[in-house]
Parts: sequence; structure tokens; C-alpha cells
Amino acid sequence: MTNDARSEISLHINGTTHRLTVDNRRTLLDALREDTRHIGSKKGCDFGQCGACTVLVNGRRVVSCLTLAVAAEGAEVITVEGLAVNDELRPVQEAFVRLDGLQCGFCTSGQLCSAVGVLAEHAAGWPSAVTPDLSPDQPHRPLDADEVRERMSGNLCRCGAYPSIVRAVLEAAECEEVNR
Amino acid sequence: MKEFAYSRATAVHDALTSVVGQENARFLAGGTNLVDLMKRGVETPDRLVDVRALPLDGVHEARNGDLVIGATTTNSDAAAHPEIRRRYPALSQAVLAGASGQLRNMATVAGNLLQRTRCAYFADLSSACNKRVPGSGCAAVAGVHHNHAILGASPACVATSPSDMAVPMMLFDAVVHYETLDGKGEIPISRFYRPVGDTPHLETTLPDGALITSVTLPSAAAGERSRYRKVRERASYAFATVSVAADLVVRSGQVREVRIALGGVASHPWRARIAEEELRGGPATPERFRAAAEAELSAAKPLPHNGYKLRLARNLIQSVLTEIVH
Ligand SMILES: Cc1cc2nc3c(=O)[nH]c(=O)nc-3n(C[C@H](O)[C@H](O)[C@H](O)COP(=O)(O)OP(=O)(O)OC[C@H]3O[C@@H](n4cnc5c(N)ncnc54)[C@H](O)[C@@H]3O)c2cc1C
Ligand code: SF4
Ligand code: FES
Ligand code: FES
Repeated sequence: MTNDARSEISLHINGTTHRLTVDNRRTLLDALREDTRHIGSKKGCDFGQCGACTVLVNGRRVVSCLTLAVAAEGAEVITVEGLAVNDELRPVQEAFVRLDGLQCGFCTSGQLCSAVGVLAEHAAGWPSAVTPDLSPDQPHRPLDADEVRERMSGNLCRCGAYPSIVRAVLEAAECEEVNR
Repeated sequence: MKEFAYSRATAVHDALTSVVGQENARFLAGGTNLVDLMKRGVETPDRLVDVRALPLDGVHEARNGDLVIGATTTNSDAAAHPEIRRRYPALSQAVLAGASGQLRNMATVAGNLLQRTRCAYFADLSSACNKRVPGSGCAAVAGVHHNHAILGASPACVATSPSDMAVPMMLFDAVVHYETLDGKGEIPISRFYRPVGDTPHLETTLPDGALITSVTLPSAAAGERSRYRKVRERASYAFATVSVAADLVVRSGQVREVRIALGGVASHPWRARIAEEELRGGPATPERFRAAAEAELSAAKPLPHNGYKLRLARNLIQSVLTEIVH
């Protein structure tokens, strides 16, 4: 391998800095799973289609299988392992447990990271494809089931746990509305 | 995947010099299309120049009132921007109808305009494909092509452009701004995508090594009532079968201004100028919308398995225009 096919990078994962030498072809997903043992992030398709590898990069949800590790150099990465704050599960994690937002659990880490992103995007006033009026002057509308389904559509669940996933995200959203 | 060198540019000039004279260098933006195609062996760059740290991010209003969208602005930020939602709502709707929340957070405006077709044979190295390997043939003509083009295609390639965002860009007469080491240039979107002809591998008129720096939306084209509607095989997270972006201004029942662009029907977003011409100055009625759509589609050449797109496109044009009137 020629030298310029590799890079020395720092990845900040869940608050810890990891210094790595990576092949430039390494995806962030493989760097998480293979190089730094964050195996919570799953590889479903490796082509950006299923959402199982969703993580937060600089606060925004992305698919880590189409992100090159070298392109994430210097970024703040949060994986499912880093969602809990001081060992306290986030409301959306609690809701997934209580409402059975999963069956086999393979898609769950991606669903959770995506849901955290959805709640932040909604709180920031981002509309979705099912928002009836896109005008920026509309008053804040709480999330409903249609909005959650649309916003979470990048996360597939082969077990079909969708009804309870939607309920769990809605419950977490209500909890956040109360705290607004 | 083939090995490649990676660098991150922080100034436009550096990005341009890093690729100059290297046919096999590519700019990397969100990577949602490029990395995908590299994994499949369709793209085999030996150098990637990451453009996301360039100062080309964000949306602002130019002094003449045009809206300037920086090339590396993410699809999410573009869709959520208040001025785009207010003045060019069809653009927000189209972006939000594309891909998924995760992908829109990664994808950039320039990358979206340059994304390649989703024709399955293009992505499969074992199939004949003139777009991937010029002169090798087109597996889609005699193969699976229910989602392929009905307008403007050629026997060499019948693929469609998959971009939702490009459709309202065509509607609003967007202008693509770029830079090369020779200086700055601009291309109106109506001349940005090349006709297919017998060179389907040449998709745009962007000069070699050019970096897109921004896309501008003319203030004169703003359309508060503009709409985008997308038909697809599932309710969300699927490419368009047919889509329509339209804007319409009616005074005393007469069409004063009308613009229509179609997605999913051609190798590039299709401006329906024949239909627009038919409608301008006449009564704004559903019957006339339908007749105008039929006039536009009379030049269509469907393949054995995609004739359904004709009726779909006609009905969509009619219903979106009718919806804007009401
Ligand atoms: C599962 C999936 C579903 C999708 N669904 C949809 C959908 O429904 N609708 C839709 O419209 N799209 C969809 N997409 C496509 C997605 O929108 C595009 O992949 C994305 O917009 C490309 O942007 P990017 O920034 O990631 O580009 P990249 O992949 O980084 O780059 C694409 C191309 O543009 C070039 N490039 C990038 N920036 C510049 C620049 N500034 N100047 C010159 N060249 C540049 C690159 O060299 C490359 O050739 C989907 C993608 C996936 C993976
Ligand atoms: S339609 Fe175009 S992209 Fe698809 S196989 Fe034919 S030449 Fe290739
Ligand atoms: S593994 Fe990344 S989207 Fe499927
Ligand atoms: S719980 Fe099994 S894939 Fe979603």
C-alpha cells in the first residue's frame, strides 16, 4: 500500500479521542466496529439504504457506511454506546424498552441514534415531507405519528417493529415537549 | 475498492490545483453517491479532494435579490432555510421528498445535481452500459426498464436522472456557478445537463476540473405557491417514478404565468415548455391543464414496460396545477 493511501486521523467517539492510522478506504462504520470496538453500530446493507449504521456526527444523524473514516477526522461522533448521559438512559431509550420498540434488536442502535436526530431536527423547526405547510412563519407543531414515520423512514426494521418504534419516538417527543 | 489518496481543501484555489490535470481525481462532498459507486467499482478515483471544509456553505441573499445557495450546503439545511421555504417552496418540498433524513444531512447541493443515474445496469459491472463503458451497449433497452425514460432518451441510453432537487431547480431557472483555474463561470440549469445523444457518459457541460461554488435562484422566478409532487413505489424513501414541480399565476381565470418541470421521465429534469406555451394566456381549467400535458407528452417514446408513465405524468401535471389554483 502506498503511503498516501493511508492517513493518520483522530476520531472523537463518545467523548474519547482515538488516534488511528487508517486505509483511506475505511468507512467510519468499519473504523467504529473493527478499529475501536464500538459494535453497537450495525452493518445492514453497507450502501446507505437501511439506516442500521446511523450515528451522530457533529450532532447530526448520518449513515456511517457511506462516511469515510478519514473524512470524519476531527469530528465529534456519538454512537449508541454514547447516548446515555452519566449512565442515565435518554427518554427515547427508556421508551424503546418500555414500549417494546424492537424485536431482534439489530436495527435498534440505528433507530435510537436516528430518533435522537429526529427530535433535535424537529426542535430546530425543520419541516418534513408530510408537514402540511412549509411556511417558516407557522407556529411550532408537535410531532404526530405521520411525522415520525416520515422522519424515521431511513431506518428499516426487518422485524416490522414499526408500530412500537413510532409509539416510542412519540412518547419521547412528548416528554421533550413538556420540558420545552 | 481501489486505493486512493485523500486530502481536505480549505480554500477553493487549493481544491482546484489538487485536481488539475488528473483525470482520475474527484471532489468528495457528502459521499452518498460517490462512496456508494466506489464500493461498487463504478467509480475508481485515485485521489479524493474533500470539499466540505471549503467556505461554500450556507444560503444568503445577493444584492440583486437572488438567493445564493453555497455548493456545500447540505440538502437538510437548504430544505429548512426560511427564505427557500417562503419563496421557493417547491424546492424545499422536493429536497424533503428525497432520500432519508440521514442522507439529506450528508448530501450537498452540488453533489445532488451531479449524482448519477440509479439504472441498475449502470451500477452492475457485469452488464453492458454505454454510460459506464462507452460503446458497450445498453442492457436496459431489452431488459428491466419500467422506471426508465420516456422523453429525450436515445437508443444509446434510456436512463433517468434520479434527483428530486434538480426538478425545481429547472422550474426556477437556477444558475450553476463554478470555478476553474481559468476563473469563474456560470451555466443556466437549462444548459447544464447535456442531451443524451450517443454520448450518455457525458452528462453535464461543466468544464473538466471545475468546482461548483454555488447555485443561485433568480428573484424573478420566486413562486410562493409553487408545488412539488412525487409519485413513488412506497410512501417514503424511494426514488421518483414521476414527479412534477409547477408554479402558476392566475388572474381573472386566465393563466398569467406558468412553469412546469418533470422528474423521472428523462436523463435530466424536463422543463415542459410545450405545455407552458399551450397554457399561457388561456383559461386556467383542469381540462386545459390536461390538454397541455398531453401536448407535452405527444413526443414521448415509451419503452415496452414504462408506458404507464405517460398517463401518470399527464394526471400529475393536471392535478398539481389544479391544486395550485385552489
Ligand atoms: C439509499 C439512497 C436513497 C436516495 N434517495 C434519493 C431520492 O429519493 N431522491 C434524490 O434526489 N436523491 C436520492 N439519493 C441520492 C442523494 O440525494 C445523492 O447521493 C446526494 O444528493 C449526492 O450528494 P453528495 O454531496 O453526497 O455527493 P457526493 O457523493 O459527494 O458527490 C457526487 C458527485 O458530485 C461531485 N461533486 C460534489 N461536489 C462537487 C462540487 N462542489 N463541484 C464539483 N463536483 C462536485 C463528486 O465528485 C461526485 O462525482 C439517495 C441516495 C441513497 C444512497
Ligand atoms: S439506460 Fe443508460 S445507464 Fe442504464 S444500462 Fe442503458 S446506457 Fe447504462
Ligand atoms: S449499513 Fe449503512 S445504511 Fe445500511
Ligand atoms: S428489531 Fe429486528 S430488524 Fe428491527
